[in-house]
Amino acid sequence: MGEENLRKVIVRVCIGTGGLAAGGKEVIEAFKKAINEFCVDVELDFTCHYQKVGCRGFCARDVLVDVVDRGKSVTYQSIKPEMAKRIVVDHIINGKPVEEWLIDDSYYAFHEKQVKILLKDCGTIDPEDIQAYIDVGGYSGIKKVLSEMTPEAVIEEIKASGLRGRGGAGFPTGVKWEAGRRQPGDTKYIICNADEGDPGAFMDRSIIEGNPHSVIEGMLIAGYAVGSREGYVYIRAEYPHAVERLKLAISQARERGYLGKRIMGYDFDFDIKIKLGAGAFVCGEETALIASIEGQRGMPRAKPPFPVQSGLWGKPTVINNVETLSNIPYIIRNGAAWYASVGTEKSRGTKVFALTGKVKNTGLIEVPMGIRLGEIIYDIGGGIVGDKKFKAVQTGGPSGGCIPASLLDTPVDYESLAKVGSIIGSGGMVVLDETDCMVNIAKFFLEFTQAESCGKCVPCRIGTKRLLEILDRITKGRGREGDIELLEKLSNDVKLASLCGLGQTAPNPVLSTIKFFRDEYEAHIRDKKCPAKVCKDLLTFYIIEEFCKGCGACLRACPAGAITGEKKKPHRINPELCIKCGACYDVCKFDAVRKD
Amino acid sequence: MEERFYRILDKYEKGDGNIISLLQDIQAEFGYIPEEAVYWFSERLDLPPSKFYGVATFYAQFHLKPRGKNIISVCCGTACHVKGGTKIAERLQKDLGLSSFDETTPDRRFTLEVVRCVGACSLAPVVIVNNKVHSEMTVESTSRLIKKLVKEE
Repeated sequence: MGEENLRKVIVRVCIGTGGLAAGGKEVIEAFKKAINEFCVDVELDFTCHYQKVGCRGFCARDVLVDVVDRGKSVTYQSIKPEMAKRIVVDHIINGKPVEEWLIDDSYYAFHEKQVKILLKDCGTIDPEDIQAYIDVGGYSGIKKVLSEMTPEAVIEEIKASGLRGRGGAGFPTGVKWEAGRRQPGDTKYIICNADEGDPGAFMDRSIIEGNPHSVIEGMLIAGYAVGSREGYVYIRAEYPHAVERLKLAISQARERGYLGKRIMGYDFDFDIKIKLGAGAFVCGEETALIASIEGQRGMPRAKPPFPVQSGLWGKPTVINNVETLSNIPYIIRNGAAWYASVGTEKSRGTKVFALTGKVKNTGLIEVPMGIRLGEIIYDIGGGIVGDKKFKAVQTGGPSGGCIPASLLDTPVDYESLAKVGSIIGSGGMVVLDETDCMVNIAKFFLEFTQAESCGKCVPCRIGTKRLLEILDRITKGRGREGDIELLEKLSNDVKLASLCGLGQTAPNPVLSTIKFFRDEYEAHIRDKKCPAKVCKDLLTFYIIEEFCKGCGACLRACPAGAITGEKKKPHRINPELCIKCGACYDVCKFDAVRKD
Repeated sequence: MEERFYRILDKYEKGDGNIISLLQDIQAEFGYIPEEAVYWFSERLDLPPSKFYGVATFYAQFHLKPRGKNIISVCCGTACHVKGGTKIAERLQKDLGLSSFDETTPDRRFTLEVVRCVGACSLAPVVIVNNKVHSEMTVESTSRLIKKLVKEE
């Protein structure tokens, strides 16, 4: 039988951040192996094609596998390599999909309220093949721009779309480009900020890994509009897969003439260089990022002059975030009016969020601006794991705040979140439940910002240190009357007096947790109790005799040798030796270990 | 060693003349930034050693001491923290007999480090052993993983 007569089967496997970590590559290998085993005895009536795609969003159910066969596509969830053989035999060879491994209702619920512009291609095209991007309309945006639009018209189009910077600050992208265009001089730079340093955020990583050409096309269009011939992508070295995919994408784009001299035959030159970050959160700040590309310590400087006036090597520089740039080709292709029809009046379009923490359906989501927080957490996220009580959602990472249950109908847009003391930020959304201590969360973020403060300005360097010291003593049972007021005063001073965005926003987690969870602070300070039972200096661990079966699980788990007891008899914890690590509490199946 | 230095110097002179890139190349070659490298390049490039140390100590990526054969990174980003990442790090520190995070065992077999977010938040908490990401870890499963690694050594 000639190959052209064979049926074509496609096995599509997610190798995004989550997919890879869950074993995506091993799953592909397992499919190949299973099919090869069959070739030995039987002549196959099909050819199998493997497609690797970027993040499909529903990371909680990785590895996600599509099997497209006989004109039908079905999706399997939570696939492990050892499951491949049965899918090959039952489904591909015998035509009967393995029902119990197929996606279930939560997969549909997860997607129902999402509007996918950026992530649509992200999870369906092969990120390592430029043709896959071209086949879905890729690089038609830059073609349209070069063939029929003036740079001014491009800027007007982006302004009309209402697109605002997705890195956190929400500055209108078209206005930034216009300022860049108006600067005198021949040499101007476009920088793509891919230094996604916020803990709890992985949108930019997923976009670069899943759809790198959209970022390249966005930079090309930005370059044309601003009048720049050179672009840089400043990307975290901690994202090795993203760096590899981007390098590959850039070289493919060069080969096809989308980067380099006289792009697509038009009078426009543009090329892109990659600069690896070296691990400093502050380099997400524009002026620090520029210093880092120049090879210096990444310390911010006072603005003005703004980078758009004097940026990289002193030249006008437009810095846009990955998600912002990735939106550009879609806006140009489909028109500003189309984009502006999604979202709210002041916040247009969609926003990608990394939904993580204590929700059932964790993953990468894209929602229209203006969606309510509660819809994200309960409809898309499926509610809280173990049906525990929701406590707060942390948005905006170390610069953001915690939003309590009473404000869950807050619409997600730049202004509304600012009004409740948080920010959209880069798009991290960490859901917290009743077992999370809000003082501990505030301390966690201050540990981060204090360590990442570059040290240049005093309010941030010393202010964050003092804030952390106060939070630390509160969580250790040494809080004093008046500490809450001191935290508030110091926070406001640090916000006011710091040089850059890092210091100006670092106290936000403290202020917002005090605002909404003041009672928890008071319990720590006055009663020396941690209501969520997290701060271990305020806890004692003990075993309730009548519940203890003497199974010995806690005894084996205890790293400090603090637990004694004979087999099948109640065990005991020696408080003198106990280091309060909680290992016994986590392993006890009979609810006999308690903490208070 | 000098031969290796020359190779890096050659690349530097042909490249963009950037100290961060130079240090990244040195670290890629040696696994850390050796003191003699700093002084060697300082002389050849006519830049004060303080300039190198200024950059090397600013960025978390650079290490001034040799690292272990096996690198264990425990993620303590926000999502991993609320799901127990910090507990895992504390336990590993104890198991490996280290006095702090970001330290190497005296026999240089293991380096433990705490990292702030590797962008695998939906699989939290994650532990990365020699570049392989292990997802949804617990104190127990991490302990087992490390014991296996110690045995294989």
